[in-house]
Formats: sequence, structure tokens, C-alpha cells
Amino acid sequence: MLEVVLVMISGIFIGYLLRKKNLKYIHKFISVSIYLLLLFLGISVGGNPSIMNSLSTIGVSALIITIGALIGSCSLAWVVYKLFFLNRADKNIDV
Amino acid sequence: MKGSLIIISFFILGVGLSYLDLLPQVMYNDGYTMYILYLLLFCVGVSIGCDTTIISSLKKYGYLMFILPLATIIGTIIGSAAISVLIKDYTMAECVAVGCGFGYYSLSSIFLTEMKGPELGTVALLSNVTREMITLVFAPLLVLVFGKLAPISAGGATTMDTTLPIITRYSGKEFVVIAIFHGFMVDLTVPFLVTFFASF
Repeated sequence: MLEVVLVMISGIFIGYLLRKKNLKYIHKFISVSIYLLLLFLGISVGGNPSIMNSLSTIGVSALIITIGALIGSCSLAWVVYKLFFLNRADKNIDV
Repeated sequence: MKGSLIIISFFILGVGLSYLDLLPQVMYNDGYTMYILYLLLFCVGVSIGCDTTIISSLKKYGYLMFILPLATIIGTIIGSAAISVLIKDYTMAECVAVGCGFGYYSLSSIFLTEMKGPELGTVALLSNVTREMITLVFAPLLVLVFGKLAPISAGGATTMDTTLPIITRYSGKEFVVIAIFHGFMVDLTVPFLVTFFASF
């Protein structure tokens, strides 16, 4: 997916060049393209009987993955908090 | 929260319209989604590039800013890889690809739909919506069990927008800058990590 990298990096570069301009409308573009994409995803899901019939098992799989991801990331967040942030808070350093 | 509801409504609208067969055939052609996706990626890039608060906060906190996003990414990969043993329908790499949406359900579901089909795309959508919802609802509990950084890690890519108010409230104001930078860094990695794990 080289295109993905190129498209995003060129966006960042152009955004950086235009950083003094008011780019409020860019968030409108982002919202509208997300709405369209999710509408199309919904269309392909609704028109696919095998997905529609297994929505509940898909939902359960999704929930299981989320729980795994959350336990993993929160555990490491706890480690980071203990190692790097608690000490700084004790010494009253602004974190 | 309102924004998420609007996005989900568009998905449900699409499901309803096509399930009831109310659409002309041309709407089922998913050739244009790739172009809309590129437009989206470009706009996300522009919004990141023109955000100067990110550079100034980097100067203030230095390397410490990178540790939490890294922990979130590694923790998510390990967690979703480990829990994939409970899931029969998808491979470990597919489960990790779903996990690497980090709550950015729109982008991750679209990528996985393009690369792996609408079924895994739907898994990514539901899984990552749930991640955002759990962060919003259980932030106080997460702070109690895993400490003040937990809602930020749980929020993943959403900590610069939708989950920021809740983080400010339960983790504290001193973590706002860290949450914004965290959201920015994790956001940036979503397209790369999702496509990487989906390519196996």
C-alpha cells in the first residue's frame, strides 16, 4: 500500500506549507468523506446475505478483539505510568 | 459523541437501503470508495500538517511524549494477538489488523473492506466503535484499575477529539497535551499498521 503512504505524506507536507492559512473547511471534507465511505460500507454489508445472517457472531468476535486490545494497551499504560509518570508527579514536575 | 452517532447512522442507513433493495445497481459498484478513501487520507494528512500545537508540545515534553503512544500500539498488538486464540473465524493477523484500528473505526473498517472484504470491515467497524464507547463509559473505572494513563491508551486514536473531554475529566488537565499528542501519533499509524497486518 505504497499509495497510502504517499497520499498521506503529501497531505501532511501541503498542510505544513499552508499552516498559517485557516484550514477549518478541511474538517468538513473529512466528515463528508467519512459519511460517504460508511454509507458505501453499509450498502455492501446490507447487500451481502452471508454477513447479514452472521451479524451476531461478527459482533461477538469484534467485542472479543476489543477486550483483548484494551487489556493489552491499558496494562502497558499502567507500566508507563508507574515507571515514568509517578516519579515526576512526586517531585512536583509538571507532566 | 454526536459526531459518532451521525457516522454510525450513515452506516445503518446504507445497510437498511441495500438490505431492502431500494438502491439502483450503480450504487453497488465500490470502485469509487478507493478514491474517496484517498481524498480522506489526504485531508487527514493536511489537518495533521497544519497543526502547530503538536510541534510546540514536542519541544516542551521531548521523548516522554512518545512512550505512551508506543505502549498503546504494542499493548494493542499483543492483546489482540493473544485473544485471537479465542476466535475461530479470523486469523491472528486479521485480529491484530482489526485491533490496530485503535478506535478509528471509519478508516480501519474501510481499509479492511478494501483489502479483506466487507465481513472483516464490519468486524473492524464494530470492534473500534466499541473501543471508543468503552473508553467513554468506563474511563473512571480504567483510572481506578490501570492508573491515570489508561483512558488515553484505551482511547487510542480518538484521544485528540472524541474522548478528550472524558480524559480531561478523569485523568486530569495535566494530561491534555499528552492525550492530544497520543491521539495524533496513534492516528498516524492506523493506515500503516492496518494495511501491514492485513497483507498477511
